[in-house]
Order: sequence, then C-alpha cells, then structure tokens
Amino acid sequence: MKINLTVNGVEHRADVEPRLLLSDFLRHGLELTGTHVGCEHGVCGACTVLMDGAAVRSCLVFAVQADGCELDTVEGLAPGGGELHPIQDAFREAHGLQCGFCTPGILMTLVSFLRENPDPTDAQVRVALSGNLCRCTGYQNIVAAARLAASKMLEVEV
Amino acid sequence: MGAHPHVGRGVLRNEDPQLLTGRAIFVDDVHLAGTLHAAFLRSDFAHGRLLGVDSSAAKRREGVIAVYTADDLGDYWCHGPLLVPPPPIEGLTFNAATLVPLARDRVVHVGEPIAVVVAESRYIAEDALEDIVVDIEPLPVVVGLKEALAPDSPVIHEFLGTNVAAHAVQQKGDYEAAKAGAHRVLSRKFSYDRGVAGSMENRGILADWNARNEELTVWDTTQAPIPIRNGLADRLGLLQSQVRVVAPFLGGGFGPKMMMFYPEELLIPWISVRLGRPVKWIEDRAESFFATTNERLQLHEAELAVDSEGRILGVKDVFLHDSGAYDPYGLTVPINTQCTLLGPYRVPNYYSEFTAVFTNKTIVTPVRGAGRQHGVFVMERLLDFAAKELGIDRVEIRARNFLTPDEFPHDHEILFQDSAPLVYDSGDYLPALAKAAEMIGYREFLDVEQPKAREAGRRIGIGIVSYVEGTGIGPYEGARVCVEPSGKVRLATGVGTQGQGHFTTFAQIVADQLGVGVNDVHVVTGDTREFHWGTGTFASRGIVVAGSACHEAAIVVRKRILSLASEALEAAEGDLELADGAVRVKGSDLSISLGELALRANPLRGAVAPGAEPGLEATSYF
Repeated sequence: MKINLTVNGVEHRADVEPRLLLSDFLRHGLELTGTHVGCEHGVCGACTVLMDGAAVRSCLVFAVQADGCELDTVEGLAPGGGELHPIQDAFREAHGLQCGFCTPGILMTLVSFLRENPDPTDAQVRVALSGNLCRCTGYQNIVAAARLAASKMLEVEV
Repeated sequence: MGAHPHVGRGVLRNEDPQLLTGRAIFVDDVHLAGTLHAAFLRSDFAHGRLLGVDSSAAKRREGVIAVYTADDLGDYWCHGPLLVPPPPIEGLTFNAATLVPLARDRVVHVGEPIAVVVAESRYIAEDALEDIVVDIEPLPVVVGLKEALAPDSPVIHEFLGTNVAAHAVQQKGDYEAAKAGAHRVLSRKFSYDRGVAGSMENRGILADWNARNEELTVWDTTQAPIPIRNGLADRLGLLQSQVRVVAPFLGGGFGPKMMMFYPEELLIPWISVRLGRPVKWIEDRAESFFATTNERLQLHEAELAVDSEGRILGVKDVFLHDSGAYDPYGLTVPINTQCTLLGPYRVPNYYSEFTAVFTNKTIVTPVRGAGRQHGVFVMERLLDFAAKELGIDRVEIRARNFLTPDEFPHDHEILFQDSAPLVYDSGDYLPALAKAAEMIGYREFLDVEQPKAREAGRRIGIGIVSYVEGTGIGPYEGARVCVEPSGKVRLATGVGTQGQGHFTTFAQIVADQLGVGVNDVHVVTGDTREFHWGTGTFASRGIVVAGSACHEAAIVVRKRILSLASEALEAAEGDLELADGAVRVKGSDLSISLGELALRANPLRGAVAPGAEPGLEATSYF
C-alpha cells in the first residue's frame, strides 16, 4: 500500500505491506534507528514516537495507519546534530540514562507530557513514565531529569 | 588543580550526546545491503524425543533462502565448550552437558532451537517457521529439584545416567563439634526463585562474510567480544585476524550476554559464510524469556550454631542448585553462593554442600550477582533469626561477628570460583555498618517510627545486610593509549560496554595522567579490530581491571611525553607539568602542545634513536 507521511519535517512516500509495523518502517525503511524496539508488544515504551503530536508506541501501529500523519522521532529533537533539546540536556546533566536503550522512548514521552504539564510534580512524572521501562537506572535520576527539563523549559519560555 | 582533576568528580558523560540523539549504534541499527534475516524454530516442549523435522514447505516459500536443521550442519554440529572448568575441589563430581547448536534427537527445554530459517525479511522468515512440521514425542518433564534426584525421575541426559550436574563439599574446621557445644542451633529452609535478566535490548547478531577479502565481521550483543572472535575463528577454521567481532552500544548486559556460545552466535556467522551474504538475527522479547539464560533457583537447608552472646560457632548449609537443561558455565554460580555466604563474618566452622541439578528448564548462568546474593540471603536471615531468639539487636549481632582489622589476612580455607583460595587481604567493616545504620536512621526507626506506624495499623520494617563481594577478578585486561597529532587522545580497550559509562570513566583516568579534558579522550571498547586481548565485562571488573590497564598505559605515555618535552623545552622533567593539552615549564610561559610532541615522536625524515618506539603510544595490561 502506498503511504505519504512526514517524519521530523521531511516528507516520505513509500509502498509498504499492510502488516509492516511503524517501528520497523522507521528503523529499517527510513533508517531512523534512534527509535528502539524492546518488546514489540507495547509494554516497554522504548519505541515511543509522536504521531500528530501524541506519544504512541510505534510497535503497536502499522505503518499504513501513519498515512497522512506527522511523526516526530528522537532524531528530530536536536536536528542536524545541533544543540541538544532541553530535555536531552537535562538527562545528560542529571545522569538520567545508563545504557541509553530506553532513553529515546522516554524523551519522546516527556516531550508530549511536558507540553501538557509544564511544571509537574515527581508523582505526575512517575505516572507519565509508567509505560516506559528502564532496567539500569532505578528511575530516580530519570524523574530528576524530567523535573530539571521542566524547569529548563519554563525558563526558556519566561 | 590536584593530581586527579577528573577521577572522583561528577562529569558529563562522553557517550550521552550519541545516546540522547539516537545516533548511538546498537546491533540492530547496523544496516548492510543485501542482508538476510533469520528466525529460529524452537521447541514448544520442555522434554521430548525429536522424531523428525520436515522443512520442505518452508523451503518452497517465496523469499526463503535456506532452512537448516541439525542434520544440515555436518561437522559443525557438536557440543559447545565448557566455559569455566570447575575448581579443583576435593571429591568434586562434575558432569558436563554443554549446548548443541540445534537439537538433534531430543529437546530438553522450551525454546531450544530446532531449525533456523533464512529469508529476505524477518517477516517472511517467521511466516516460514509455521510451514515447518516437527514431530516430537513428549517425555515426562523434570521440574522440581528434589524430584529430579529421586530414583524414579526421568533422566535428561541419558549419556550421564543421572540428573546430578555437580556435587561439591567445602568445609573448614568441624561443624558437628561446634554444633555439639553450641548454646543454640537455628535451623531454617530458604528458597530463592528463578528470574530473567531482562535487558531492555534483546540479544542480536549480524554476521557478514566478505568472500573477496576473506574476512568475517560480526556485530554481537556480547559482553565478551574477544572470546567470541577467538571461538568463531576456531570453529570456522579461520585465523583470529580474519574475524572481527564488534560489540557496539549494548542495551544492558546483566550477565546473560556473557554466555558463550549461544546457538545463534555459532549459527549466524556459519550461515553468512555459507551463503556469502550478511545475515541478521534479532531476538524478540518472547524468545528472550527462554532462549536467553536465566537466573537461578536454589533451595537451602541451613543451620547456624551460636554461643549465648550470639557469636557464630559454625554454619552448615546444604543446598540444591537448578542448572537448567545444560551447564556450559560450569559451577560459577553455586560456588559463588558457597563462598559469599561467609561474608564479613568470623565463621570458625563451616560445612557447605551443594548438588547442582539438571532440569527441563532454561539454562542458568551468572546474572547480576551470579549466585553471591543467595549465600548472603541465607547468612543474613540466619543472623536475623538468631538475633530475635537471643534478644540481641540486629546491628549488634553483626558487629559482634565481624572480622576485625587485626584478623587480616583472613583465610576462609575454601576455594573461590576462580580456583584461588578464598583469602581476604584486609577489611574494616564495623565503621561502614555503623555509618549505614546512622544514615538510614536505624535506631530512630525502631524506637519512634515503627511503633507509631504500628499504632496506625501499618506494619513496616527495616533490614540490615552485610556483604563482601569477590570482584575485580582476573585474568587480565589491556588498554592502548595514543596521543594523536591533533592533541586528542585515542584509548582502546578490549572489554565490551553495556551502560557502565566506560567512555567517560576510562577517559577520566587517562585525562588525569595526560593533562587533557575528559572529552578529549576518545574511547573505543568492544571492537576486536581495535584491541584483541582480553576477556570481557563481567563480575564488576571493568573499571577495576580494564580501568587499571588504562591507568598503566597512560602513565607510560605520560613518561614519553615528559621525556620528549624535556628535550624540546630544554628543561628538566621535574620542572614540567601537564595541563590543558600541553606541557609547560612550571612558572614560565614556555610550553609545547601534546599534538606537536606527537608529530615530533613520529618524524618523516632523519633518524630516531636506536630502540625508540614511534609516536606517543603505549599498550599496557593489568
């Protein structure tokens, strides 16, 4: 089936099998391998991307369902290898990652979450990230990084 | 600035920009033109006779390139290596049953690979798995450890005639005599269940045989790229230098990625060589639960003999250890349990006996702690029970039993998993426990918080545990440090990396010696083309062993820098200092950059002194 979609501001046309997962299309079709696949059944959240602004698990979406949509992946956060997005910066400063495999999904979840909740509490961050698994960190620094990101983004807005 | 401007300070990690922007390369991120994709047909039965595999329909499916079963492997089919030979414990029984690449006559656990399909896409390969007809006659299944040892139990490995994988007794002193003179003997049973390591990234392998330059490149989610390279060269009849194994960024390791060799690790490179195309296999999450090795089930029956003051007179521990269906990793896990149980305590009499048992379950190998915590759990629970029965505070009973600084070196008189005697060189445990108790508000919790919570109907507790871990184990690791003409430093080491922060911590060590910034040190790990001596990342040894090798190599390069700079600046070495990427004569403006020195160390013309090595480079081992 033919699809048209925009990923990180770039238009793509492709002819895909109806059963092709969006995660596989992004990773292996467009070679945007920053979106990671940890479980392929919607549990781990590593494959989270934004679809028309909303955080979705790309392993639970078929590529054909993204026809006509605007997608954002982790590669779009700091385009062209330029300055890091404040959320990325915060994760680096607060040591919010270790192996980094789950990180792209967490970053994309937070982009959407912080847009709706610019000044969240720890508890709200924990609920927002309850669909993202991390095996290394124990989550403490991830929550701290999310709060730091929020404060950085609020500063920018002021 | 002190002697260590970087080590011991929090710094931004060198690897983070790559990881945060999605540029970091994990195994499944490597794309090669013409790659074929593999999927494995696995046993649905825990135990059964494999009567036949018909893959003819799968082979006919469009897009399928090949299907292999055990019969197709020829001489390549054989039992894999025993990774860790057991230590020379007197009277030890050890029965080796190592892995096979594909099941031939029998399946012995769910998930054991039976066939592999290679196709133009993973989707097609998985379709074709459903075309394969497998005829398995189910056999009675061995699950429980005690049941596995019963005389009427089915036997998993017929050539052994028993489900006993190993039996070992290690002892010190005379436990029975100590027990006879004890004020009290506490006897308890403990069980520790199975689990999975659950790395966020599953396993994966991409193998690329290049027939033109006769080189095999393998990207592998392994904690041990160098042994994998050496083993593959051996099995495929290639020179070690013809095989390059790369363990790029890994999404967690936790032990199971240290297993060598998994069937897939042997088969994917072999298939690439046969077909002359890159072949990729990426484990999916469902496979991972039974195709990647598990944590360990153990059942302990333990006794603690104490005097009236709660002082340990002796410990007896008899346990069963679940090996799963094979035991390729030897006895590392149960021996860790046996040795680590003793912890920081003075145990004058110790009797420890274990039986490792084959069951029809996923193979057990080291996972996070590798059995050590089982021993700790048993010992600490016994001490808690003793404290309760004798009316002694739980911190106090531990304090009374700690080895004191004047008792070192202390010989526990048993053998550790690396065959060395279990001897502690030094220790002073009491201050650490006292500090920990203070920091967590132990007394206040017991005196104030807990009673208050009880009144409110909340039953909450506090735990005290002490642990001495055998880590930093051998045999060795190495590192190569090289200052480039740009003034940047290249550091290569053989260990793989799975999120430990090696790109930063190794860089900190080297940066301190060479007077450069942490982000001026470019670290390469886990690529056998860059460094091909070493074993791997396990047992918390990366920073201890490989980090020390980085340190040694950096010291050698520093000496060479100082010697060259002394000539260039016409100053005594003692008057020189390294900082900000240059060597300076102390208290003057006279300086020369490391880049300039690197150029001088590798001249294009003239003659260097006899015996001089070119460049600002050194390789060291620790």
